[in-house]
Amino acid sequence: MRAWLSGMAVMLALIAGPGAGPASGQAAVEPPIMSFPSPEANRGGFRRPRPQAREQVVAGLSSDEVSITASFDGSDIILYGAVRRETPVQMNSLLHVVATVEGPPRSVTIRRKERKLGIWVNTESVVVGSAPSFYSVASTAPLDLILNREVDARYRISIPMAMRAFARPFSVENPTDFTEAMIVSRIADGSYRLDEGAVRLARDTLFRADFRLPANLIEGDYKIRIFLLRNGRVVDSYSAPLDVRKVGVERWLHRLAFERPLLYGLLSLLIAVAAGWGASAAFRVLQRK
Amino acid sequence: MQIYLPIAEVSVNAFTLIGLGGIVGLMSGMFGVGGGFLITPLLFFIGIPPAIAVATGANQVVASSISGVLGHVKKRSVDFRMGTVLLVGGLTGSLLGVLLFNLLRRIGQVELVVQISYVVMLGVVGCMMFAESLRALRRTRSGARARRRHHGWIHALPLRMKFRTSGLYLSVIPPLAVGLCVGVLSAMMGVGGGFIMVPAMIYLLGMPTKVVIGTSLFQITFVTAFTTLMHAVSYNTVDIMLAVLLIVGGVTGAQIGTQIGSRLRAEQLRILLALVVLAVCVKLALDLFLRPDNLYSLTPGIL
Repeated sequence: MRAWLSGMAVMLALIAGPGAGPASGQAAVEPPIMSFPSPEANRGGFRRPRPQAREQVVAGLSSDEVSITASFDGSDIILYGAVRRETPVQMNSLLHVVATVEGPPRSVTIRRKERKLGIWVNTESVVVGSAPSFYSVASTAPLDLILNREVDARYRISIPMAMRAFARPFSVENPTDFTEAMIVSRIADGSYRLDEGAVRLARDTLFRADFRLPANLIEGDYKIRIFLLRNGRVVDSYSAPLDVRKVGVERWLHRLAFERPLLYGLLSLLIAVAAGWGASAAFRVLQRK
Repeated sequence: MQIYLPIAEVSVNAFTLIGLGGIVGLMSGMFGVGGGFLITPLLFFIGIPPAIAVATGANQVVASSISGVLGHVKKRSVDFRMGTVLLVGGLTGSLLGVLLFNLLRRIGQVELVVQISYVVMLGVVGCMMFAESLRALRRTRSGARARRRHHGWIHALPLRMKFRTSGLYLSVIPPLAVGLCVGVLSAMMGVGGGFIMVPAMIYLLGMPTKVVIGTSLFQITFVTAFTTLMHAVSYNTVDIMLAVLLIVGGVTGAQIGTQIGSRLRAEQLRILLALVVLAVCVKLALDLFLRPDNLYSLTPGIL
């Protein structure tokens, strides 16, 4: 089974080419990742509208960058667009729209506790080599009804599909328990979100989706995708980058911490010493009065 | 007022953090504990990633201990000689602690080991202190003077040294050993270790309570400063923004705490500290034995 899996991964990697799997960037640093790259090679790039496509999506964002300032408290992104078509609206099937916002991928270790000798101990673990740090899906209707399973696996639209790179061959019986638990906890803290029915589609042409980006956003290259669906298949798709960056003091401190850690450490100690001494001196003055 | 923390990458309420720092600072000034054993779990609770909570907690402890130690220097209740001996042990211990920490982290049991050692140590120390200070309190009430116990074997050890401020003539081996243990704990749990050191100094070394607090703060300041720097350089986990907010509350609290502490009687201080230690111990023990709400836990990165 394990041999088959790794063989499969190698084969898929060959088909997909460099930069296909979200894990590939990390794979370069941490070799033991066994990833399942997406079969779709240009995932994330801008797609040229296919000439034969009868319905095309045209979309825009309220803003293509998010600045994290010291008082950052989350942000709203409005996604709006229209369906362009040369022929009249098809009436034999329903048109649906799904939109996703995806944060930069990160690896994560999921551990399970078990009772041993009366106390709860971490026992088994599963490592997900690459899962989006933020993932939000909005659609016009429940995903089960409008999205084909194979199409979902191919484009990685629903939340479980968005993270499918396991690092390290796992020895755990059912790793999906672990990934499900991870999804549950990430939905609870707001970093994953599924909003079925949040995309409003007017007269099969105009649509709009509102995304709330939470306050615990991490910096990086975010990606927005829009899919037009008919009969569970993707008719057309659109993708755009969203830049999330720290600015001002936030940016300065972050860079200092990572580029000059010793200086940064000394600076934080200096602040601590100065504050401690300052308070002590201030109270002495207060007491004398 | 929400504030986004640049390293922790979360947004939190500034006043919550100042308040948190204040409470911990108060304890620090009153009892001579750094307060790390309180601040670190409290930071977990408001959603700061554990690694950052540990490192930044240490930074906050530096500020509140300095503020406290200066107050004690004024009152001449710091035994610098004893403090230096403890510090030598402490820095060695904290280096050992970091090695042990990395080893445990790799096998995913760091949380468990830290919790168990907390429960055992806090339980033993808390009970001992509580019983002893109750007895002492009853004795002073009945008029008799509390006599310090002297451990024969400790006084039989070689390498004796004079500690004038504490009024002791003692071997350097026990203080070095105490410092070493505290240093290991400090690096592993991100705490100053005052809650272990204060009882050890009182009951093991037989130091007077008033001197113990200043001296323990003196040692904690240096050990946590060392820990902070090590975390900043090797893991980039110190968040200055978070530290500043905690410090603002912490230093103010520490000054108020020192004032309160000088008005209370030594036995009363010990009973209060014993109660705090026991409360934290019970809380941690419950976490260990009760079924957790979530059996699964997420750790960033591949370990």
